Amino acid sequence: MDLKLKIWRQASPTDKGQFVDYDVHNISTDASFLEMIDILNDELIEKGERPVAFDHDCREGICGMCSLYINGHPHGPEAATTTCQLHMRKFKDGETVVIEPWRAKPFPVIKDLIVDRSAFDEIIQSGGYISVTTGGVPDGNSIPINKEHADLAMDAAACIGCGACVAACKNASAMLFVSAKVSQFALLPQGKIEAHDRVKAMVAKMDELGFGNCTNTYACEAECPKEISVANIARMNREFIKAKLG
Amino acid sequence: MTKIDSKIPEGPLAEKWTHYKEHQKLVNPANKRKLDIIVVGTGLAGGAAAASLGEMGFNVKVFCIQDSPRRAHSIAAQGGINAAKNYPNDGDTVYRLFYDTVKGGDYRGREANTYRLAEVSNNIIDQCVAQGVPFAREYGGTLANRSFGGAQVSRTFYARGQTGQQLLLGAYGALSKEIKKGSVKLFTRREMVDLVVMKDGRARGIIVRNLFTGEIERHSAHAVLIASGGYGNLFYLSTNAMTSNGSAAWRAYKRGAYFANPCYVQIHPTCIPVHGDYQSKLTLMSESLRNDGRIWVPKKKEDAERIRKKEIRPRDIPEEDRDYYLERRYPAFGNLVPRDVASRAAKERCDAGYGVGTGLAVFLDFKDAINRLGKDVIKARYGNLFDMYERITDDNPYETPMMIYPAIHYTMGGLWVDYELQSSIPGLFVGGEANFSDHGANRLGASALMQGLSDGYFVLPYTMQNYLADQITVDRITTDTEEFDEAEKAVQERIDKLLSINGTETVDSIHKRLGRIMWDHAGMARNKKGLEEGIKMIQELRKEFWSNVKVPGTKDGINIELEKALRLADFLELGELLARDALHREESAGGHFREEHQTPEGEAKRNDKDFMYVAAWEYAGDDKEPVLNKEPLVYENIEVKTRNYKTA
Repeated sequence: MDLKLKIWRQASPTDKGQFVDYDVHNISTDASFLEMIDILNDELIEKGERPVAFDHDCREGICGMCSLYINGHPHGPEAATTTCQLHMRKFKDGETVVIEPWRAKPFPVIKDLIVDRSAFDEIIQSGGYISVTTGGVPDGNSIPINKEHADLAMDAAACIGCGACVAACKNASAMLFVSAKVSQFALLPQGKIEAHDRVKAMVAKMDELGFGNCTNTYACEAECPKEISVANIARMNREFIKAKLG
Repeated sequence: MTKIDSKIPEGPLAEKWTHYKEHQKLVNPANKRKLDIIVVGTGLAGGAAAASLGEMGFNVKVFCIQDSPRRAHSIAAQGGINAAKNYPNDGDTVYRLFYDTVKGGDYRGREANTYRLAEVSNNIIDQCVAQGVPFAREYGGTLANRSFGGAQVSRTFYARGQTGQQLLLGAYGALSKEIKKGSVKLFTRREMVDLVVMKDGRARGIIVRNLFTGEIERHSAHAVLIASGGYGNLFYLSTNAMTSNGSAAWRAYKRGAYFANPCYVQIHPTCIPVHGDYQSKLTLMSESLRNDGRIWVPKKKEDAERIRKKEIRPRDIPEEDRDYYLERRYPAFGNLVPRDVASRAAKERCDAGYGVGTGLAVFLDFKDAINRLGKDVIKARYGNLFDMYERITDDNPYETPMMIYPAIHYTMGGLWVDYELQSSIPGLFVGGEANFSDHGANRLGASALMQGLSDGYFVLPYTMQNYLADQITVDRITTDTEEFDEAEKAVQERIDKLLSINGTETVDSIHKRLGRIMWDHAGMARNKKGLEEGIKMIQELRKEFWSNVKVPGTKDGINIELEKALRLADFLELGELLARDALHREESAGGHFREEHQTPEGEAKRNDKDFMYVAAWEYAGDDKEPVLNKEPLVYENIEVKTRNYKTA
């Protein structure tokens, strides 16, 4: 298949940036979206031009490194799919494909399609863990956990930290990301001890870093490649209120 | 007389580690604050070690290549983690886990290390549960287990098909806690490009390239830990992440650390087959699928051919015309034989003309399991894997069997380490896949996560402390030394040279050619002639690379082609060492299969008399052949036998 690409090119964080048009030809429908960009980059290098910089690593949909805002959707048009797992058979021959970086103030563009997502690490550092140290913990089976809660915690823990929820949100809210971590631990007995401090610290850090408020459009859930549920946001709000009252 | 001292503690096997801990040297809290440690890599081994060492009070600097420590490739491990808990009451013990691991490794691993791994396996599960890792649970609230290859017990703990992700996020949480506390300082988007060794022979720092700015940075410490993963991407196509590379280990080798058993490479039997030249990586389908999936090819060549031509569908082949070749050849373990055995069996069938798909694929069929358990149960167990398979191949595995073929997955070889996980350079420690230590010639499924976390949480924090106890009088290390000057200059020269060649071949095109050479000449089946040819071809390709590679851009700022060129330059040297090691090892063992050494049934044939040793290669100079040091393997607690997966 042949495609027309409009790709955001930006040389540095301070550069203004612009869309540049490219044509790619003879792309196999079995190729992945990132392999299609690999092919474009090979052509650019052969022509002596600067290849398009983009983040990617595992190419299995789990590391959360890949991003890309494709035709108006974080990770492209296919539901529950990261960019690296998106395949060209989902596009039409001759289609124009617009490729942008995540656009959100707390995720500044570094180069072309690469953004800085270290704000997510800062949020986790503010309290997104259980404060146990290595050694001296009880036997694994001494903490029985209701299967339903364990499964819900796993659903929340499946978040890959890619930032699609922020990119999808008109307010650049990080509520889905933060609530997934808060929920995972709030659902487990091990996590309850620090639950109040955790939710307060993480919400405060999220606000401090410039992420916006949640106005319940649920664009985050719709675009999340791991289908993290907005029920986590409701759970976080309950946890937050409990923490404030408690 | 060998130069190698593996420092295995005295005493009975089951007491060695306890004995070590009881007698090791300690550092008091006030002194810990004065000691610096560098950790390269934030996967399970590096992340867990950095967090634990930070908790103990050392000053830790941790480096990762991605934008966040949470993205290390440990995250992609799917199936599970082994431990000898015996929760299912099926007869598991520490000894049995140790035994299975040594046997699975075809008696080419070090007994004492492997026993320690089995011994601490139970602590890992407890630790991860305490961290809030959402392991799968039974309805009564206890932890669930499943089976993996090479074992007759169910000892694998899991978190759906994302066990690596959940364990890594547990370690990442622990690390984040220490970063907040200030005991660990995090450096992201940094790649180690050299190791700094002082005149007294001790490792005291690293040179890193900042992948955002292109700056070359110097970092010093009292000790260095490399936990940078394996070198599977040497083969270009592998299940590894795109940035996974062998450079940190290779640079340490060139500074004097021995490289052990590079020829032991694991080829995983259940990956999605290669489908095109443009393909950038291969995707693993978890070994856990072999719990319920049955592997087969058609019994009749003409059926296989009609399937390849798409004239008939797999379901058109009646049961009696299907060859469940693993169940046929290995009745006791069936579809759950170890990975090396399953991979070779698939290759054997495909080479004989029974392959499906492109001819290099076999079926992994869930029809019987779906009939027996229902689609919902299968979906609950493997839903995410089935979805991933469908996204990549456009086939629905609930309706038609998966097609799979072996692919490069893991490297058992790596930097040589002693019992303390210290390399042959004092002060340089190596953890996780980057070292060679625990899996012998073949790793069993669900043991990589176990080893990474064992090294990181429960071994290195002890052994590194033992080393650092002798360093308390050493002041903070300055980076203003001749050794740092020399190392930085060498890196700058390498980069300038790569940017000045301005040839016609892209980095990827040369890397693909290297991968092809490795796969054809040093892949699943090897022989003397092929390896000798392969070595020549690698040498020629290396010359071509240094005279004709095209690396656009400058050394400042983000330059992904330059990053890839630096990694490929090292792979082009490491590939030759791998082939040399494979050539010298005149036997078949685990993942290393020499066609000259097989039984009449096509099983691997070891030569214990001449090759029961670890091959620890020592760098002697770019134009000199490496020196082979041998560490004899002594089995005092296990009877060395021919591996048998046919009968119980």
